[in-house]
Amino acid sequence: MSKLVLKNVCKSYGKVAVVEGLDLELHKGELVTLLGPSGCGKTTTLRMIAGFVDVSAGSIAIDGNVISGAGRTVPPEHRGMSMIFQSYAIWPNMTVAENVAFGLDVRRTPADESRRRVGEMLEIVKLAHLAQRYPAELSGGQQQRVALARAMVVRPEVLLLDEPLSNLDANLREEMAGEIRRLHDEFKFTTVYVTHDQAEAMTISDRIAVLNLGRLDQIDTPWNLYNKPRTQFVASFIGRTNLVSGNVVGGHIVVHGLQGAVPLPEDSLPDRADARVSIRPQALYLGAAVDGALSIGEVDVVSRNYLGEYWDYLVRPVAGGETLKVHAPPAKVLEIGHRAALSIDPRGVAVVS
Amino acid sequence: MKFPSRWADPSLWLFGVLIVVLTLLVANPILRLLWDSFHTASGAWSLSSYASALGRSRNIQALLNSIYLGGAVTAIAMVLGVPLALAVSRTNMPGRGFTHFSVLAAFVMPNFLGAIAWILLAGPNAGWINRLWVEIFGTERGPLNVFSFTGLAFVIALYAFPLVYMFTKSALDLISTELEDAASIHGAGKLRTLTRVTLPLALPSILGAGILTFLETVALYGTPALIAIPAGLNLATTQMTTFFEYPPRVEQAAAFSMPILLLTILLLYVQRRLLSRKGFVSVSGKGGERRAFDIGAWKWPMLGYATFVAFLSVALPLAILVLASLSKAWGRGLASGNLTFANYHDVLFAQVTVRSALVNTVLYSGITAALCVLMGMCVAYATQRRITPFPAAIQLLSLAPVAVPGLILAIGLYAAYAGPPFALYGTGALIVIAFTTRFLPIAVTACSAAIRSLNPELEEAVRVLGGGRLTVLAKVVFPLLKKTLAGVFVLVFVISTKELSTAAFLTGPASRVVSVLTLDLSEQGNYETLATMGVVLVAMVTLVVALGMRIAGRDFMLRRS
Repeated sequence: MSKLVLKNVCKSYGKVAVVEGLDLELHKGELVTLLGPSGCGKTTTLRMIAGFVDVSAGSIAIDGNVISGAGRTVPPEHRGMSMIFQSYAIWPNMTVAENVAFGLDVRRTPADESRRRVGEMLEIVKLAHLAQRYPAELSGGQQQRVALARAMVVRPEVLLLDEPLSNLDANLREEMAGEIRRLHDEFKFTTVYVTHDQAEAMTISDRIAVLNLGRLDQIDTPWNLYNKPRTQFVASFIGRTNLVSGNVVGGHIVVHGLQGAVPLPEDSLPDRADARVSIRPQALYLGAAVDGALSIGEVDVVSRNYLGEYWDYLVRPVAGGETLKVHAPPAKVLEIGHRAALSIDPRGVAVVS
Repeated sequence: MKFPSRWADPSLWLFGVLIVVLTLLVANPILRLLWDSFHTASGAWSLSSYASALGRSRNIQALLNSIYLGGAVTAIAMVLGVPLALAVSRTNMPGRGFTHFSVLAAFVMPNFLGAIAWILLAGPNAGWINRLWVEIFGTERGPLNVFSFTGLAFVIALYAFPLVYMFTKSALDLISTELEDAASIHGAGKLRTLTRVTLPLALPSILGAGILTFLETVALYGTPALIAIPAGLNLATTQMTTFFEYPPRVEQAAAFSMPILLLTILLLYVQRRLLSRKGFVSVSGKGGERRAFDIGAWKWPMLGYATFVAFLSVALPLAILVLASLSKAWGRGLASGNLTFANYHDVLFAQVTVRSALVNTVLYSGITAALCVLMGMCVAYATQRRITPFPAAIQLLSLAPVAVPGLILAIGLYAAYAGPPFALYGTGALIVIAFTTRFLPIAVTACSAAIRSLNPELEEAVRVLGGGRLTVLAKVVFPLLKKTLAGVFVLVFVISTKELSTAAFLTGPASRVVSVLTLDLSEQGNYETLATMGVVLVAMVTLVVALGMRIAGRDFMLRRS
């Protein structure tokens, strides 16, 4: 049975709908990320799961018990969850150890067991030596670890994380993302993670739910989300992409201005004219077709940016049609106006709605 | 998993209790006042109270006099308060800390004591300044007469100007130097920068403070009772007391207070509109470095002015009170054989009335401050965190007493609780109720600001880990706001010790407070005992303020919330 189930969850403030008809199921021990731009309803959804916000319609159930639904919202303190906040919300009037022990105290855990578990948890997050410090004396990363320890020491039914890394600088963010994934692998708490950063979501998630304007666009594994986006929004929000129009003919895609038909990977679609097609810049090569790629005609270089790790070329097919972004390795130097052959890796192509 | 019943949620109970208490404290007296104004003593619907209260030219003249007085006091308070605020906030005048401290002292000083001191200083015949003048210049009589419109306006302004100072300084403190630099770089000199940029930015706050000063003056009872009555000047508040001479005509008092109530509500609305145009003042931004204006040699005249104001409002009055308290007869001045400590012995040990008034003042003010902090916190938390239904209505109700002048509130409370079934007239409880109602808005505003400064996530973290709302308050909110709440306590305590207008109608022989006793003793001409009592009160209040500064920081009193 699924651990946490959201059925047709809606939230509106007055006439403004923030979340519309959201369905979501989390298996026990799964880490699912709610990903989307600001204003997509992801934080509202998290706060509905936590019980801080009532649902306008639909229901939320944990282990089959409805905790949010028509007429009844179980208050947060009775949901057995824990949460990590954007600001960490470490209580400045308590020491690190007192912060971590708080949830155990509320649950009336015997003192010696509480002490033992707090000690173990502080070891795990590498803060044992700071147990008696006050939060004001800690760095951002250390405060983050206190928040993690405090949330996990109570062994929550569901662990909620609200953009926990957004206040950290870039290096620390990467390190903490890895840390969160490591801790998840160790404890296997059912986890809902909210972020607007797709790289962060890809790093730590079992599955990612992409939200757009209060609706769920697609929920899938990071690999599928990148390689088989189902909507334009997902294709352009997860990584960069070229959105062009083409025709689906017999399981192949024909894009205007490009030669030949590109076979669609795996599932075949019914024939259709004027479909939206996502082509990843990484799936396009300037030069002869090698390694499973198909040659699709010639292009002119329109403009280019050198970003150190790669070249970002904008090219236009000689036969006409939309311009395309192409990633090329740093060694691939082409002047503007240069004509080159273009080839494509079919695995980077998807028809989207 | 089992979930407890929703009736176990304490927030529902909090809501119920808040509504009942606020209704009893605020809505009931105000509605009783309205009701009474439209009814005769026997309970029949009638406009006769309005006819008799507002139909007499003497009463109308009293209202007009109050308005003139309000205008005069506001003007003087501006002249005193604005330059001082400018000097402390924006210039390199020396002694800025001292100036700020002296304004604080003028704020703490009860205005009725200031009035007594100025009667001793500038009474037409016996006043010390006048006698000194006669001594030196050999004229028939001295130049000063406190028992006049000018004298009255001047004495009131001396203790009203801290409000203007407070508002102006807060606004000036927010103005980033960059705005002034921008004026300079475009070619404006210092004076032009001041008049075209700095002052206009603070203008809404200055005008807002002016409106408050005007309203406080119109509603003031203490100083007028001490000075205007002997001067033969009839004011709205002193006129109102005549309605309570036997036989009391509460209905007429209620009707007479309606114009003042309406004026107050109207002007407070204007004040809010002025101050809510936020973009005007909060253009500050964060990093704006703040540099003081170098005013060159002007800093010495400026410091002289600040010292002069401190001298008039605090140093001179306090000195006179101390001298009078150490005199056998204050009129004999510093003559030999006039020195005595007997007054202190009398006040502290022998005279039961004075001692019990001192005890009552401290006791009632303490209880009031505690109740205000408790209720202010409940209202602020419930409304800021939207725990209860209708948070806006609850907040409005708790802030409504701001719009009711003290004397009028006292009439409402008298009408509501003096008679049966409550029969609270003359008890300490009624005084505490009156003070609590009157100062609840201050506590609510200060507590709301404090709660707004807390990140709600700190509280949500408690909830999500299994703690209920009471745990949130006990473990996080109160520990984090301790200092602020102590500051609110001291603020309400100090203001309560100065409060006269509500107490004047509601005290009985057993519940008299220092402010009310001051009027009685002044009528008897017993200025030595009065001065002694005043010195003791000021000493106690100063002690409390000093304690508050230790706990809540130097600036907690003069902060505009």
